[in-house]
Order: sequence, then C-alpha cells, then structure tokens
Amino acid sequence: MEMEPNFADTNPKAGVVGQPLSRVDGRAKVTGAAKYSAEYNQLPGLVHAVLKTSDVARGRITGFDVSAARQVPGVLAIITHENIPKLAKTPNNPQDQQAMGPGAHMGFLPLTSDQVHYAAQPVAIVVADTLERAQHAAALLRVQISPETPVASFRDPKAEEFKPKEGRAAQLPKPRGNAQAAFAGAPIQLTATYEHAINHHNPMEPGATTAHWEAPDRLTVYDATQGIVWTQQALSVMLGLSADQVRVVNKFLGGGFGCKGSVWPHTVLAAQAARAMGRPVKLVLTRPQQFTGMGHREDQDQTLRLGATSEGKLLALLHEKTSTTSPWDAYAETNSKIVDLLYACPAFEATAKLAKANVMTSTFMRAPGEAPGSFAIESLMDDLAYRVGVDPLQIRLLNYADRDPSTGKPWSSKSLKECYARGAELFGWAKRNPKNGQMRQGKLLVGYGMASGTYPVHSGQGNARVRLYADGHAVVQAAATDLGTGTYTVITQTAADALGLAPENIRFELGDSQLPSTIVSGGSMAAGTVSSSVYLAAQDVWQKLTKVAVMDKKSPLFGAKPTDIEANGGRLQLKANPAKGEGFAEIMKRAMMTDLEGSATGRYGAGYESAQAALNAKQDAAGGKDDAAGHSMHSFGAHFCEVHVDPDLGTVRVKRWVSVIGGGRILNPKTARSQIMGGAIMGIGAALMEGTVRDPHLARYTNASLADYHVCVNADIPEMTVEFVDEKDPYINAMGVKGIGEISIVGTSAAVANAIYHATGRRLRSLPITPDKMLEALRQPA
Amino acid sequence: MNDFSYTAAATAKEATGLLKDQPTATYLAGGTTLLDLMKANLLAPPHLVDVNPLPLTAIEQTPDGLRIGAMARMSAVGEHPLVVQGYPAVSKSLLLAASPQLRNMASIGGNLLQRTRCGYFRDAAFPCNKRVPGSGCPALEGDNHNLAVLGVSESCIATAYPGDLAVALAALDAVLTLENAKGKQRRVPITEFYLLPGRTPHKENVLEPGELIVAVTIPQAAHAQRSTYLKVRERSSYAYALASAAVGLDVQGGTIRTARVALGGVGAQPWRSREAEKVLTGQPATEATFRAAAAAALREAQPRKENAYKVDLVQNTLVRALQEVAG
Repeated sequence: MEMEPNFADTNPKAGVVGQPLSRVDGRAKVTGAAKYSAEYNQLPGLVHAVLKTSDVARGRITGFDVSAARQVPGVLAIITHENIPKLAKTPNNPQDQQAMGPGAHMGFLPLTSDQVHYAAQPVAIVVADTLERAQHAAALLRVQISPETPVASFRDPKAEEFKPKEGRAAQLPKPRGNAQAAFAGAPIQLTATYEHAINHHNPMEPGATTAHWEAPDRLTVYDATQGIVWTQQALSVMLGLSADQVRVVNKFLGGGFGCKGSVWPHTVLAAQAARAMGRPVKLVLTRPQQFTGMGHREDQDQTLRLGATSEGKLLALLHEKTSTTSPWDAYAETNSKIVDLLYACPAFEATAKLAKANVMTSTFMRAPGEAPGSFAIESLMDDLAYRVGVDPLQIRLLNYADRDPSTGKPWSSKSLKECYARGAELFGWAKRNPKNGQMRQGKLLVGYGMASGTYPVHSGQGNARVRLYADGHAVVQAAATDLGTGTYTVITQTAADALGLAPENIRFELGDSQLPSTIVSGGSMAAGTVSSSVYLAAQDVWQKLTKVAVMDKKSPLFGAKPTDIEANGGRLQLKANPAKGEGFAEIMKRAMMTDLEGSATGRYGAGYESAQAALNAKQDAAGGKDDAAGHSMHSFGAHFCEVHVDPDLGTVRVKRWVSVIGGGRILNPKTARSQIMGGAIMGIGAALMEGTVRDPHLARYTNASLADYHVCVNADIPEMTVEFVDEKDPYINAMGVKGIGEISIVGTSAAVANAIYHATGRRLRSLPITPDKMLEALRQPA
Repeated sequence: MNDFSYTAAATAKEATGLLKDQPTATYLAGGTTLLDLMKANLLAPPHLVDVNPLPLTAIEQTPDGLRIGAMARMSAVGEHPLVVQGYPAVSKSLLLAASPQLRNMASIGGNLLQRTRCGYFRDAAFPCNKRVPGSGCPALEGDNHNLAVLGVSESCIATAYPGDLAVALAALDAVLTLENAKGKQRRVPITEFYLLPGRTPHKENVLEPGELIVAVTIPQAAHAQRSTYLKVRERSSYAYALASAAVGLDVQGGTIRTARVALGGVGAQPWRSREAEKVLTGQPATEATFRAAAAAALREAQPRKENAYKVDLVQNTLVRALQEVAG
C-alpha cells in the first residue's frame, strides 16, 4: 500500500516525542522577553488608539461633541463613521463576508453607519500620542445617540423566536429513525431543560492589535489572534489588498479559548486608524471592552427528551436548543452533535431556535456545542442511571457506541472504555455509595460524579518548512500560533525526532503569515496538523538527501535504490542493512551543501484518510477503490469528581478531580496535562461560577470585569489527576495526534452537577450552580 | 482617567489643610479603590492628597481598646497578634478579603470608604441614583442578585459598603477617630458612620468635607475575644460576600451574657443587628436561640426577585457563625 510516511512506522521508538519536555519558550515568558501583540512599542511614530463605545444597546448616532476631547493635549484624531477611511468591502454584506473566509465571523463592523446594535459597540476611535491622553479624550468625547428599546435575550418577552435556515445554528445532525414515535412508546421517558449562562473566554491577554502600514499598499498587523491566515485573508479583502500585502504576526498569545479565532472589529479599526494617521497605531481592548469585543458563549436553553427501555437502553433522543443571537447573525453552538453520537441510540432528532437580540455576536468558545451539549446529555444519562437503578458508569457502558451512531462508520480509535476503567480506578469510584445523599463529612454533603466527553477530529491541512543545516541545527517554520498551550514545545519535539537532532538544536518559528500557511490554532487542530506537516517536511528533506547520497560515489549508499533507504536518527541507511549508511552531515558536507530545505502539506482528520485512500486507489486501480476513508474520528474522555456541598450555605466546592483522556498520540505529557487541567478548571468555572449577566431591560452587561465575572481561583481547585490512554490511531494524520484543547472541558460541568446530585439528591440544571440555586434546590423535597 | 495634580502630605494636619480649600480634592491612601474608580471615569478628582506618608500605622493597646492607625495596611492588621488574639472577627474579616496583593496595599481607613460593587454604579453608562442623583435605579428590576435586602430604599438597594472589615468593626463597637482641618478630632461609632440610602444614596457617611479618618479603636471585651467572621461567596477567594456574619459571644455556663452581631452582604450599610443581640442575650447558647436571633435580624428584610435567597442564606450564615463561637 502506497502511503505517506507515518511517524509510527519511521520512528517506532520515539525519542523526545512523548517526553515531558519543559516549555522551550518558558524562559522567554517568565523573563518578559516574549513579545506580545501590544508590545511592539519601538515602531517609529507609534500612536495609541482607544475605542469609545456606546452606552445604549440600540439606537442611532445623531452626533458627536468633540470639543472637550479635542482640547486634550496630544490628541491626534477622533475617528467616527463620518470620517473613517472607507473599506473596499465590509462583512456587513453577506457576499463580501463569504469572500473574507471564516475569519470574518463578526458579520457586522462598527463605524460603518450610524446604527447601534449592541451595548458598548465601538462608535469612535480616539488617537493620541500616549495611551493615557487617548483614554482621557475618549472619556470627554460626547456621543449623541437616539435610543431605541433593545431586546436583551431570547428570554425577553419582546424577542421573536425563529428556526434558522442558514448560519451555524442551522447546521444540525441528520435525524435518524422516528424519534418522536420511539420516545412516545418508550417505557422510560425523561425530559429536562438545561440552562447555560453567558460565558466569556476572558483570556489573560485581551484583544490587541498594532497596525503598521509599511507602505501605502503594505500592512503589517501584530495581532492577538489564533488564526494568522484567517486574519490575513479577512483583512486583505476588507482593505482591498492582495493577501501577500497583509502580513500578520503573532509570536506569543496570552490565551484565546476561541475568542481569538477570527478577526474582530478592533483589529480592522486599528488598521483603518493607522491608515488615517499615516503612523503605526496600537489598540488594546480594556477588560470591559473584552466582554463585547470578541464574542462569547451564548445564553441558551436546551430541552432534552430521552426514551429508554426499562433496563436503560436508549431508544430515542430529542434535542431542542433555543439561544440568543445578534441582530445580524444566525450563530449558535451546535450542541446536538454530541447528543447525537455519544451513545448508541436508534432514533435521534435535533431542532434549534434562535432569537435576535441587541447583543454582540456569540462565537466559538472551547468545545463550542460539545461543552454545553455534554451538560445536557451527561446529566440526563445520570438521571437514567438512577431511574433504572444502575451505576452511572454502568449505564454508559450499557449504551456504549461501538460505531458512530450518527454515520454508522467505525471509529478510527476509541478508548472510552479504558478511560472509564482507569478513571474509576484512580478515583476510587467503587467506594461510592450507590444511594445519593448518604455520604457526609461533618456538616458537608459529599458526592461523587462522573461524565464522559468527546470531541471530533476535524478535517484540515497546513504547510510547514524544515531547513536542516549541515552543522546539526535546523529551523522549522509554520504560520501557527501558540495559545500558551505548548505548540512551540511539541513541534520542537516532533522536529527533533523527525530529524534525529536534540531539541535544543531546533528553532521552531511560528506566528507570521510570511511562513508556510497553516490552519487556525483552534478546534483542537493545531497539534495534529502542524506536527504532521513538520514531520512530513522532514521526510521531504530525507528524500532530497537520499537522492544526493545515492549519486555520491563516496557515499556508502551510492547506487542504492532510494526506496531501499530509510532515515533513522539523522542517518540515512539501508533498510535491509542499517549498518550501511551515514549521517546527514557527512553527505551534505561532501556535496558542499550548508543546508537543505524540505516542505510538505500535512493533513488532519478525514482529509488525511481520504488522501491516503486516494493514493491507494491509484495503486490498485484494477481492484477498485480502497474504502479506507470511512472512519469517524473523535477523542474521548471521562471525568470523575468529588464535591462537598454545604447544605446551609449552598456553597459547592470540588475536592478531588480525575480526568482520563484518549486523545491519540500525546506529544508531551507535561504540556498535555496542563491543558487538560486548564480545560477541566474552565469547566468547573462554568459549572459553579462563570456567568455574564445582561440587564434584562437595557441589554448591557452588569459584571464586565474580572472582579465580578468569576473564574476559578487556585483556592477553588483541588489536586487534579490527569492520565492519558495510550492510543495509536493510523487514520487521523501522519503523527496519530487527535488534539486535546477541547476534550479537556467536555463533560466537566455535568461531572460536577452529577456529583452534586449524588451529594444532595437535587438535580441542578441551570449553570452556573451558585449558592442561590443550590439553596433553592435544597428547599425542595429530594 | 482625568488629569490631576498630586501632593504628598506628611502629617494629618497638612493633609486636612490641603483639602480645606479644595472641596473636590480627594485623599489617596492605598489607592486600591480610588484608582479603579478613576480609571473607570467614575470619579474624577482634580487633586489627590497622598496620605501614605502619614505616621498613622501603629497598632497599639490603649485604655479605650485596640487602636489601629488608619494608614495601617489590611495585611498588617489582619496578621497582628493583638488582633488575632483579641479580635479574631476583625482578623478574619481582613484576611478573607480581596487578595494578598490588595491587602498589602489597602489601608484601614480606605477600606472603610470603599464603594459599592453594584454593577450599575460601576459602569457610567447606566443610570444610578448613587452616582447621578435622580437618574434612576435599574437594579430594582434588574441584576440585583448580590444587592441588599436590609436598609434599602426605592432609590438604592446597593450594599454601599461591599467589604468585610466594617462588618466586624460594627459588631465589636469600634469607634472611628476623624480629624478636620482645624486639627479637631471627633469620635464616631462605626454604627453611626454610615448613612442609609433613603432618598440620598449619594451620601454614604457622615464625613465632613476634608475630614480624615485617622484611627479605629475597638474596645476590649469578652465577646470580642470570642468572635468570628464567616463569609459566604461564590468562589473560595477573591470575591465579595453574598452574605457574611461577624459575631461575638460571651457565654458563661451555657448562657449568653453578651452578644454582638453584624451582617455583611445584605445591608445597605454594615448591618449591626441589635434585634438579634436582644434575642441572644440571657438565653442558652443553643441552635434554637441562634435561629430565633437570625429570624429577628431579618424581620425587616425587603428582598427583590434575585436577592431573595439572601434572607435564608444570611440567617444560616449567622447561625453557623454563632455555633462556631459558642463551641
């Protein structure tokens, strides 16, 4: 079978791949040498822009009083929709938005008209020689707006619900079976509604852009983005430039969680302001502006109906979601996908409803859809377990999906059973009292809970370049971004093994659109895509060097057939006789080569398997097509936790945590462990405290700060145990990497809620589970 | 933030003198509240008088009780042996507040003058009677989940003081020493320092223009020694109280001789409950007594849609705190 080289075959004994290498960029970060997007202060003539935003959530701008603002010393410009340089195209036009690619998710760009669609919408840009002067002038700028009554959310009596026909909200899994009838005839019928608060990503680094027009037709933006290429594409179309005229740079990112996946208004406005000023402009969102500047996870209700046999085997699942979207958008996370495929179930149906409200558009947030969707399905499965009288772990095994129930395809790999078993063992699940409300510690009620998670291996591809120097160093390049999760490190490890070099002799460069383009660092795709691209680019180096060796009379490999030669630890040698061969340095030096460059396209997910199948199909043209492109690709995991509930005070604290994940090859168990912990902590936050509150009448957030929007602090988090199941998956990419950024959070809020149920006998279905809700539930009979 | 001028004062006399002729000027102590409010354009004092150099950091035993200088830092007071031993409620209220960094900066005087966390006050885009008298109060029918249920009015339901220390001080009969530009000092019990919102929620305390808090004195008492502060919040640290209770009991032979109760997170001001104390005094230190006291403390509660849970929560908090000190 003709296949692309595969890391598992060429490097059966991985060297540094899979080792807990400390972050290669750690020193730069802790010493401050790492440069973030708002730190390019040396640009000549750099000036500072501040956004002035709308007080009201809906209305029309009738005028500006700039008199006081203009008098502030150092103020250079006040830019409004009336005087901003015109764009070639705006995302306000749906066709133009299409041309901008997926990065133009925002859909509506402020300062394009007098229209105010949401509270804190940017209405002006104030530019000054210092940040403080720009801020002060922005405060003095008066904006006259004729207000209109806003719609605050889908819960607003004024809101009008509709079934979306387009947009992400309309992308529902196909129905199967007759779910309505199957549910109606099921011996056990469970129905429940789950509420999810608005969540904000709140990366430590806010949105930040430094825009520099190096020539009238050449823009460089230093932008806090997860998507170098998406930003380049969207910006170039908006500005009427070709893609190569826009350079996007991001060397370090202070977290993203999805909100930096696409390009947002402040980035475009910074570029426009820089054009207007003829000087580099820096624009950083304030923390309050972060809440309305880069999307959020939408407020949503899910109603899940579950039909089962009296033994607890699923017969039907019906999922219905209602959520808030912006006035111009039809975005919703697709929660129903995980409900569709987590368990074997013959009948399934999903519907989604939206209501437009005066809010900024919502966007991808860590496991968009899977995170809230898992809260619904994994809470209701827990209910089913109690109803049938079996252990929550058992009910999941009873309904285990051996194939993808949605497509009928086999899984490329699935280690969920192993995750359950290992998680239960690490946690001590066997010690759980099967009855709820029985375990205590002093006044506190103690509960154990668990839940499953899954996240797809999406389809994608990206490019990489590897330049191997005869002196034993290599430079590896791809336009990826490192969100802080360890991309720099894991790709360095991959390159080290692929080239047979020590990691310290590799320099991995990322975060620049001048490097080989690759996919957005989102959707858990970066590790698998970039590592595969780099691995294959290294193979390209070896193939080129093999050609040199076999033609070199002085080489022991002279005259050998290239296909008989393999690379191993930086050496080219005969597969049949590994002793016959030599290191790359010798070959290159004799050929007077200082370096040799290889490049490749790495594929990830279904695209990879399809490409391999296509290669195969060519080869067995006579025998017909290989049907290898038929796997469903997902990571899986299980979370276990212990909570203590104070029945008088309503406080819930997580006391123990175990996550076991099957995520394909783990490139670095240290950074991977951190990533799983981070996702689980974010999930605990969503379960117990995270929620942005929008005033029901004024449609403006009342807690847009990190003091009032609570994310977990250290004191909320216990010692966490994280393990990975050893998983070899040949179908997903050349490295066998699934990616773990999102699987870390999926199922976590359900695990907490299930533990609360076990502790108290009360089922909490509204996130976050704050003391008010806990106390209210405890007032009701169990 | 507006432009402002800045003067560092070396003594209380100098500081009050500097403010005398500039009614819009403001004292700057630790700055952990003031600078936040200035950065959010909620306050715009044209002149700051820095009182950090003032020699007001002593923590000492006096005939009137423990005297704490207004410029002592929260962390220094919270960890001071005299406070830990003699006034555990005060120590806990300080160490459960904010974060270590903030506690290292924030002064005792400044702490007592912190402003509400009501989201409508903290965002100038909203109407707010406290910030702009007469502009309205969206909290009444909006996000009021962490606002007050006691001492509220139709103008304002904010917990004007959202913190912890003043709650413990209110329970333990602390007295503030205020000094004016004439160098004249007056003593005001903390329970009379804060004003209820009524129709003037913008007036939060009895400080005269230019007056400076120079010290806090807490009388020695058996109930102060046997006191605690219990704080309930959504996350385990760095969060304001949903409800809190500062209690002190002098229990002899199972009977409560004296009791002190103040509640936080639920009152328009730090809420001393003499009603609860009346129920406790002379009664056996039992859960039934504690429950009756808690009910008495909340009899006048005026909950709204989203903060109604506090009525139960703070009673349970108070009972738990009383149980802790009763032993």
